[in-house]
Amino acid sequence: MKKDIILAGVGGQGILSIAAIIGTAALGKGLYLKQAEVHGMSQRGGDVHSNLRLSDKPVASDLIPGGQADMIIAVEPMESLRYVSMLAENGWLITNSTPHVNIKNYPELDDIIKEIRSLPQHIIIDADEIAKDLGNKRAANMVILGAALPFIGMETQIFHDAVRTIFGRKGEEIVKLNIDALKAGYDFAVSAIGTG
Amino acid sequence: MLIHENSLALYLSKSPNLSRIFSYMSKLPLLGDEAIAQAAIDAGLSGLFAYPGTPSTEITEYVLRSKEVKEGKIIASWTSNEKTAMEAAMGVSYIGKRGMTCMKHVGLNVAADAFINSAITGANGGLLVVSADDPSMHSSQNEQDSRFFGNFAMIPILEPSNQQEAYDMVHYAYEFSEKYEIPVLMRITTRLAHSRAGVVRSETRPQNKLRLPKTSNQFILLPGNARRRYKMLLGTQDSFIRESEESAFNKYFDSEDKKLGVIACGIAYNYLIENFPEQKVPHPVLKIGQYPLPRKLIEKIYKECDEVLVLEEGYPLVEESLRGFMNNGKTIHGRLDGTIPRDGELNPGIVAKAFGISFFEGREPSGNVVGRPPSLCKGCPHIYSYNALTEALEKYAKGRVFSDIGCYTLGALEPFTAIDTCVDMGASITMAKGAADTGLVPAVAVIGDSTFTHSGMTGLLDAVISKSPITVMILDNETTAMTGGQNSNAHGKIEDICTGLGVEEKHIHVLNPIQKHHDENMAVIKKELEYNGVSVVIPRRECIQTLAARIRAEKYKVKSATQ
Repeated sequence: MKKDIILAGVGGQGILSIAAIIGTAALGKGLYLKQAEVHGMSQRGGDVHSNLRLSDKPVASDLIPGGQADMIIAVEPMESLRYVSMLAENGWLITNSTPHVNIKNYPELDDIIKEIRSLPQHIIIDADEIAKDLGNKRAANMVILGAALPFIGMETQIFHDAVRTIFGRKGEEIVKLNIDALKAGYDFAVSAIGTG
Repeated sequence: MLIHENSLALYLSKSPNLSRIFSYMSKLPLLGDEAIAQAAIDAGLSGLFAYPGTPSTEITEYVLRSKEVKEGKIIASWTSNEKTAMEAAMGVSYIGKRGMTCMKHVGLNVAADAFINSAITGANGGLLVVSADDPSMHSSQNEQDSRFFGNFAMIPILEPSNQQEAYDMVHYAYEFSEKYEIPVLMRITTRLAHSRAGVVRSETRPQNKLRLPKTSNQFILLPGNARRRYKMLLGTQDSFIRESEESAFNKYFDSEDKKLGVIACGIAYNYLIENFPEQKVPHPVLKIGQYPLPRKLIEKIYKECDEVLVLEEGYPLVEESLRGFMNNGKTIHGRLDGTIPRDGELNPGIVAKAFGISFFEGREPSGNVVGRPPSLCKGCPHIYSYNALTEALEKYAKGRVFSDIGCYTLGALEPFTAIDTCVDMGASITMAKGAADTGLVPAVAVIGDSTFTHSGMTGLLDAVISKSPITVMILDNETTAMTGGQNSNAHGKIEDICTGLGVEEKHIHVLNPIQKHHDENMAVIKKELEYNGVSVVIPRRECIQTLAARIRAEKYKVKSATQ
């Protein structure tokens, strides 16, 4: 088993929480893990990304080789395309459809969505809307992660446990919200594949 | 299989390799920085002193969060700058305890005086200096290679290839440092510092007891002593090379195809292995993790192979020393002959190309992506400081704002374009002084609170002495913001420092940088620009990031207390 995942978003959107949960789940399964994060200057409202590599064999490089990422998980649609050249030929791109517009020259959203749809394997999900329905917009990152779970190749329960490990300290309410968000994202993705 | 817990522990403690296999359950997911921090704690660290700087900051943050620090068993703190940190760590070593200092690569420039001389004094208790380089300049103004500093000081350098090695090397470094009474430099790069992987801890060791140097004049670098100590340093070099030759961190892997030999340093080794999955590299490989270079192993690969490829992160240090000035030996490939790009960070693709390995390089980059540069946060006090300054400067020609290193450097970008320079910590005040002294009047310096106490105070004294016509804006957001909100040594002291250095009290103004006060703030700056001497304007408001974090923490505290 080997999964190379690019996480992408804008500073403050919670991609490090996604990384922490996948990482905790992977270590719980006894997998090898390398996760390169971006800290420092680029966090101030700029684009952020993380290289996450899971495998049942030792992982050598902290960086995913170009054109070989199995998945891109993005919390923002334009950011989902920033590293599209990293994606393997048949890789999955899972992205939020709600844009984060903090620049003047943000491209046409329709063009972005059209390009994402042209990829062989993709899930586009309105995570902000789903999270809002669940009661807290800040859980959008967990909705996205949920939508990626059908393709990661580990059982979903182990991610629920990881949510408990990471968020447990913040109380049962937060744990439940995040697990519900994972489930909602998961269900969306499963029905999206079902309907083609 | 059920083994009694105690007997299992006993069994494992006698078989370190097995303990590693069995203890995957206790693998900690640590950043490279955190692995170094945990190792220092486990290796009996007594004192850690540092100034924050990406990508080294998380080492000290991890130690500061530890229970050993909270219980007062380890002393750790942020210092005013890297030089004061290095010297404080030397003080720890002087009394026989284990000391550490951590910094980003350019911080080692600041600490260089102490660092180079620490090789002459040598160490008493173990002394470890960690310098974190930033190839590709993700968050830095250059990509200098700290290994040159290690060579310059003639001390051993350790360069881990992964997080586990980083952990193990810290233990080794302290043993080495005490065995040879020499400081040890550990060089890491951004990719290792900020990448997380499972790390297995080894046994913890108690701290050293207070024990002054055996030779009472070891640390007195009067010329007579210094000459003797320097000869000792020169005399130990052969031992350092021998240690490198025998070190487990330098490994020779033989292979059949000797048309090429590969020397891979530090993290570059990972990119090599990534390209040969499930199989051995067909060429002999020398993995380097410890310097000075292991002479015998280098000679072996050079002799046995027709050509040599050097893979190293940063500058071509190994490659240059192999080539020599005349470059009349065997063909050496690397950054100097274009096999590897001359600048920037390595990655698996760059190494693949060096071997002519073809792979799916990925799709064309998307045409629907534009840059999303970092920017000042919404509500950031710097926004209002720059708005006031820019308007106050309207009647003057452009090109007179000298700035510095911090979040406020983002004032160089749209929509502000409010500053004209950013070079190194503290250069705002001194460059403004030089420019004003020789004709650019008025000149403005813009510097943050933490940068001011790091390297701005001495420059301000220079300006006061020469009565330079400069206006110094000390943007006081009461924290070291860009690296994530570490305590600033300037906190609550700026006005006292300025008056102490001789700035006239009537030319020191504290402003509240909010929109409502724009006009009066602008008027104050305008007036001081016209003053023919040193003025200091201090826009003061807490960083909104630390403010938000503080409110969150307080809410959490109240919530936990009521539960």
